[in-house]
Amino acid sequence: MRLLRIVPDNTKFDFIRFRRISFPLSAILSILAIWAYFGIGLNFGIDFIGGTLIEIQNKSGPADLAKMRTSLNALGLGDIQLQQFGAPSDVLIRVPQQPGGEDAQQQAVAKVRGVLGADVEYRRVEVVGARISGELLSYSTIGLVLAIVGILIYLWFRFEWQFALGAMIANVHDLVLTVGFLSLMQIDFDLSSIAALLTILGYSLNDTVVIYDRIREMLRRYKRMPMDELLNISVNSTLSRSVITHLTVTLALLSLLVFGGPGIHSFVAAMTFGAVLVGSYTSIFIAAPILLYLGVGAGRQESTDPADKIESANIRFNS
Amino acid sequence: MYFSRWKSLTTLLTAMLICLFVVPNFFAESTIKSWPKWAQRHVVLGLDLQGGSHILLEVDSNYVRREKAEQLRDDVRRVLREARVGYTGLVTRGLTVEVRIREESDLNTALTKLREISQPLGGLLSATGQRSVDVVDAGNRMVQLTITQPGITERIRQSVEQSIQIVERRVNELGTVEPSIQRQGVDRVLVQVPGLQDPQRLKEILGKTAKLTFRMVDMSISADQAQQGRLPPESDLMYGPQKDGRPAYVIEKRTVVSGEDLTDAQPGFDQRTSEPIVTFKFNTNGARRFAQATQENVGRPFAIVLDNEVISAPVIREPILGGSGQISGSFTVQQANDLAILLRAGALPAPLTIIEERTVGAGLGQDSIEKGVRAAWIGSIAVAVFMIATYGVFGIIANLAVLVNVIMILGVLSILNATLTLPGIAGIVLTVGMAVDSNVLIYERVREEVRGGRSAIGALDSGFTRALATILDSNITTFIAAAVLFFIGSGPVRGFALTLGIGIITTVFTAFTLTRVMVAAWFWYFRPKTVPI
Repeated sequence: MRLLRIVPDNTKFDFIRFRRISFPLSAILSILAIWAYFGIGLNFGIDFIGGTLIEIQNKSGPADLAKMRTSLNALGLGDIQLQQFGAPSDVLIRVPQQPGGEDAQQQAVAKVRGVLGADVEYRRVEVVGARISGELLSYSTIGLVLAIVGILIYLWFRFEWQFALGAMIANVHDLVLTVGFLSLMQIDFDLSSIAALLTILGYSLNDTVVIYDRIREMLRRYKRMPMDELLNISVNSTLSRSVITHLTVTLALLSLLVFGGPGIHSFVAAMTFGAVLVGSYTSIFIAAPILLYLGVGAGRQESTDPADKIESANIRFNS
Repeated sequence: MYFSRWKSLTTLLTAMLICLFVVPNFFAESTIKSWPKWAQRHVVLGLDLQGGSHILLEVDSNYVRREKAEQLRDDVRRVLREARVGYTGLVTRGLTVEVRIREESDLNTALTKLREISQPLGGLLSATGQRSVDVVDAGNRMVQLTITQPGITERIRQSVEQSIQIVERRVNELGTVEPSIQRQGVDRVLVQVPGLQDPQRLKEILGKTAKLTFRMVDMSISADQAQQGRLPPESDLMYGPQKDGRPAYVIEKRTVVSGEDLTDAQPGFDQRTSEPIVTFKFNTNGARRFAQATQENVGRPFAIVLDNEVISAPVIREPILGGSGQISGSFTVQQANDLAILLRAGALPAPLTIIEERTVGAGLGQDSIEKGVRAAWIGSIAVAVFMIATYGVFGIIANLAVLVNVIMILGVLSILNATLTLPGIAGIVLTVGMAVDSNVLIYERVREEVRGGRSAIGALDSGFTRALATILDSNITTFIAAAVLFFIGSGPVRGFALTLGIGIITTVFTAFTLTRVMVAAWFWYFRPKTVPI
């Protein structure tokens, strides 16, 4: 049986030289993302701004959204949003946070129930008060920062500090782009999005660490090889693994996206963009080349002898 | 590629043992009840999968503060009266009670007596030196008593503890299966009730303080006069229920009998009108006081007040001496039922407010399980096919390792009696994607070694050794993220962090041991000259 070779053996792409394109590209994308975040803003779900979310299923076929909208907005509960959710009979209703405290929220739910009557099945009701949403937001922010710091410390112990810094720059870049993407697409930003951000952080670091591991190994073995060449060989020799792993993760995510139902849609969308699209690009095109600027391997005696270049071009891992 | 027999055996046994813990999940709850305790552990479906309500309640701390301050004022009044100390201007400001002692000569006695109100906190064993009230001589014969923050916290803590017991009794009366009631933080109670059809009723029952009092109606003025502001100081203006058009009543502040004196309450029907009612029984103390009050007030109305609402105000036709009676208030059958539950369970020490509610219907839960499981299967099969296409026989080994991996995740979840949520299923699917990565790392390294011209055994050996360090490094970063998520997250998100974290551990385990044992077994069986990879 002939086995699949997605990345041909002995691929040699000059990733390091490509930084002249990838760095400006990332800078532009990051600026765009920051603009999207501040200009458009995240579409915060009730977890973070409070309010009520009701998912209903119309018992008698497709739901009449327009009619529901008119009757619900007549309740005077603020701007009630309706949205078809999955099947045509399923509707997601968002009632904003009510002034007048927690009891007012519960009364709002009761009013909505009164209007919708008995023709619908209540599939999900979530009511989050102002205090809880504030707490969730601050815990989530603290959590993200803690995770970043924790990983930074781990990498710092395990590698040199330059690697830790490089990985962090690369992955904060991932998070910035993902947040920009979520703002631009107005995907619901709720607790599961925080889960997605943390997982993206873990996954793209995972990728970066694999490449860094190889760079470290190469640094120990080829003490005289020019740095850009060493980085290039490291990225190229782990390229097949990067591609194959991303394909398998993509297969898993696509399956969740298509078959997992609307309940985990926002989570999977964020994951697919952040971990698969951006994450793989970052570890190859940003995390590795950035080490050139952070002074990794400073003090090495790089050779200018062309013979060494030839030697390095024929590297085999058989020492 | 040498792996000692003992190591291989231990590896296989560990994996098998953990996998065995999955078994109870395939049997009905009633079947495994008869098994030994350690074998009963199984995965619990989260509320998002089996349907149910998650309700977070918070004790009204302002109420506790007000109540505590009122109590302090009463204590000050009582202590000074008992000590026969004259005082003027007893006022409450927030958590502070101020009192001016009339005679300078009494000041020291007053201070000594008032200091006795203050109690040490934390009990005998864990005395912290903190006291419940600070007593300060503010000069000019003025004494200030302030409730300390620890004093308030202690009171809130007690309220939560009592509330948990009462909420437990109320929820159990509803006949729900396996409700969970826990304290959260200082002032919160988390109620989780799986598979509930009607959370509205649960919320109504949880949201009521259920403070029941029997008091006399003040006949000295009419309700209309009272509404214009001529309310006697010893009476309150109160209203009846919404459904009766909120009629106004003037009710004496003095309580004849309160709900604490009830020994039983049952729903029933009035024999004449066949209207739903609640019948109740007093304890001896309550019965005596109720008998006395009804004897003295024949022909006058008395009021049954629940949480500051007048349920009904019947006229006493004859003295009620038997210590039992009935409450009628044009109830529906369910309302009568719920009122009886509330009265039996007792009153909450302070009102509880619902600050978070998440309810999932059983239908959505079932849908989520179906969709989640389908996504998991399709994703896994796609990954498996891809792996075989890429690595051939090694792909099969990888798939076996991943399969064992997933079963082990479920096994560990069972051992922990953990909760599986929809994001948790997503976590498992992602683990499949990631678990494969450890195999990919190993195989790619082996490929490189083969290309480097190594012998079959040499390539496998160094492929494994070199890849394992990388696998460990790369998984620890994800594990840190999962751990953080586990500690900050709640509910479903926590379920995701849990499966992700367990998945990482099992992935590292299978990569280090199981995959290696399988590859070694394959190698020693076929003894190939080259590695088909």
